[in-house]
Amino acid sequence: MATSKKGSVNRRGFLKGAAVGAAALVAKPTVQAQNAPARQAAQLPSAALVAAETSPPPPRTDVYTTDRPGSDFMVDVIKSLGFEYVAANPGSTFRALHESIINYGGNKAPELLTCCHEESSVAMAHGYAKIEGKPIMVMAHGTVGLQHASMAIYNAYADRVPVYIVIGNVADGPWRRSDVEWTHAVQDAALIVRDYTKWDDSPISLTQFAESAVRAYKIATTPPMGPVVVVADAVLQEEPVSQDDRRRLRVPKLSASGPPAGDSGAVAEVARMLVAAENPLIVSGRSARTPNGLKLLVELAELLQAPVLDRRQRMNFPTRHPLYGTGNLANADLVLGLEVPDFWNVTHAQTPLNRMGMEVRPLTKQGAKIVTISSLDLLTKSNYQDFGRYNEVDLAIAADAEATMPPLIEACRRLITADRKRVFDARGARFAEAAKRIREQDLQEAAWAWDASPITTARVSAELWNQIKNEDWSLVSDVVFQSWWPTRLWDFTKHYQFIGGHGAYGIGYGAPAAVGAALANKKYGRLTVNIQSDGDLNYAPGVLWTAAHHHIPLLSIMHNNRSYHQERMFVADMAARAQRDVSRVGIGNDISNPNIDYATMAKAYGMYGAGPIENPNDLGPAIKKAIEVVKRGEPALVDVVMQPR
Amino acid sequence: MWSCSPAKNEDMNKFSLFVVTAAAALALPALAAGQAAPTGNVANGKRLFEKQNCYYCHGTGGQGGRDGARIAATALNVQALIRYVRQPTGGMPAFTDKIISDQELTDIYAYLKSLPAAKAPKDIPLLDQLREK
Repeated sequence: MATSKKGSVNRRGFLKGAAVGAAALVAKPTVQAQNAPARQAAQLPSAALVAAETSPPPPRTDVYTTDRPGSDFMVDVIKSLGFEYVAANPGSTFRALHESIINYGGNKAPELLTCCHEESSVAMAHGYAKIEGKPIMVMAHGTVGLQHASMAIYNAYADRVPVYIVIGNVADGPWRRSDVEWTHAVQDAALIVRDYTKWDDSPISLTQFAESAVRAYKIATTPPMGPVVVVADAVLQEEPVSQDDRRRLRVPKLSASGPPAGDSGAVAEVARMLVAAENPLIVSGRSARTPNGLKLLVELAELLQAPVLDRRQRMNFPTRHPLYGTGNLANADLVLGLEVPDFWNVTHAQTPLNRMGMEVRPLTKQGAKIVTISSLDLLTKSNYQDFGRYNEVDLAIAADAEATMPPLIEACRRLITADRKRVFDARGARFAEAAKRIREQDLQEAAWAWDASPITTARVSAELWNQIKNEDWSLVSDVVFQSWWPTRLWDFTKHYQFIGGHGAYGIGYGAPAAVGAALANKKYGRLTVNIQSDGDLNYAPGVLWTAAHHHIPLLSIMHNNRSYHQERMFVADMAARAQRDVSRVGIGNDISNPNIDYATMAKAYGMYGAGPIENPNDLGPAIKKAIEVVKRGEPALVDVVMQPR
Repeated sequence: MWSCSPAKNEDMNKFSLFVVTAAAALALPALAAGQAAPTGNVANGKRLFEKQNCYYCHGTGGQGGRDGARIAATALNVQALIRYVRQPTGGMPAFTDKIISDQELTDIYAYLKSLPAAKAPKDIPLLDQLREK
């Protein structure tokens, strides 16, 4: 391609030329005065001459265009990584990249998602990645955008989810166009999130951008996964690339790394301990990264007839399996923790909970062995303390649990004798009986306050299940605020049916993560369900508009308890402890007076809204109607006035 | 900006509830023969249940949940309930008589006892369909 005449003028050259031109204009009158001829007989000038001599000179006109900005090459790199989408709230520091994505890149792979807040962009990417198993891209300002995004990045980091973030920045001061660009510029753009990202880089050439962009993808998607940040310098984005330079630029091939598996000797030792144990218990955190991880954990548990205590941070184990939730830490002689964050807090109790500086007691019996297989041991930082308390374990394998499962299963299989098999079978029969009892107990508990208003979380879960049980559904919200009723009542069997929660309990994750997860589910035709906390939605409700604008089918059931309820309970604890008025703790915690009308809010953002539903008998029909909307490919929200938990 | 307690799983919750309930019951002296159980005012108990925010953890119907045991139709007697409120052993904070008197707790107890018992799951179609048959 021939070099464009327009493209041959770059911005540095333009600025230099403009400065020289301005100096010449300033100097001109003085030169004219020095060379003025002697006065002669009066001769009236023509009108045209008068106009020419008295009018200000026409402003210099520069046409600044280019055919090949550097951002086009950036798009070539980005396309090579296979992103389906890029989520962004628009920002001037990445305007060239934005334009290249929609025009040069054709707004396909990746397609731009219009987001109303950078926190939403990142949380959408967080939710998407947990369904799809790979990242989408996020774009943000290097300063104010990244500041908005930071809490969501911390959530993704603590949840070990790959989020790929490209931020714009004008690194070179003289290139900044205005006071806005000065206030939006930063020396070290990724600094503010470096404590909770896995890697970042600030390339100063397009060649380095290409390598850093591919390297960032590789790092983000290698377990333990995590967010990464690549700075796209605005000058690199906007400056043209000559044809010769473009020929020299190349997009590096992505060389994905395999997940780290456990050392064979250590795996053999864990297998020996598992097979020898009389009451092994498996604790799962984020052990199933993929659908295969779910199958592998079922295989291991069934092989050993060992119960699984699921922390519900991923879809690790089927909820109606006889080994699900039937074990007990107090009875276990061996506890195997698989990718469990803050494992100490699982194996210990602190009492009383409403006091600082708590007494501690182990929940395991004396002599019980504790073993961990976790990639968390491979990524520990200092400043943010998501690593939890130090746990004294008997054997720790620093490796990805899912990748370590096949050799562990094989090692166990080799060790199981006919005698051990009989012991395991008897153990399994006991757990099957226990599972039946727990199920009956759950159903009985669900019946309490069945007709109450506000509606119980158990009733809402049962009504929802009745409407979705024959669909290909995916629950993309956490269940902890609903007293775990969905996982107690529903039949979870597939990996995409549950994705865990925030990661770092940063509220504001729920709504955008649900939209991102629904986006990933869209191409599979799944019915995506989100039980949406009211406090969470109010952080950045604009994501409802994003869902409507991009036609993302998502059923949101508002868990409207009209409060920041967790905090309300905490403050009630403090009031009781101080022996003061507990009745006042709604101050600063309640979200009422006026009550927020979420159905109207949904409608304002262009989507279907219904409610508030206060009579439990109205709930089933309302959910059914909303599902019809979602099946047409649109988001829908049903506001349900619900019990606190 | 953030929130959540480090919740244990529901299985452990059930275990804790059982221990708490049993311990509270065992720790209490039985009523002397012929001693009348204190009586409470149901309406006042309902008012206090809401005012003192008992429902935060136990639900408006006393049905319980993640953060508190079911206390509707409690198996405890009134003294056991009062004793447990004064000296809880789980995650619940202690409520001293500076916050709520024995009589007020007796009224709450009367309210809890007045709440309707749950139907059997087999009599609720949405739950009946979830039963193993």
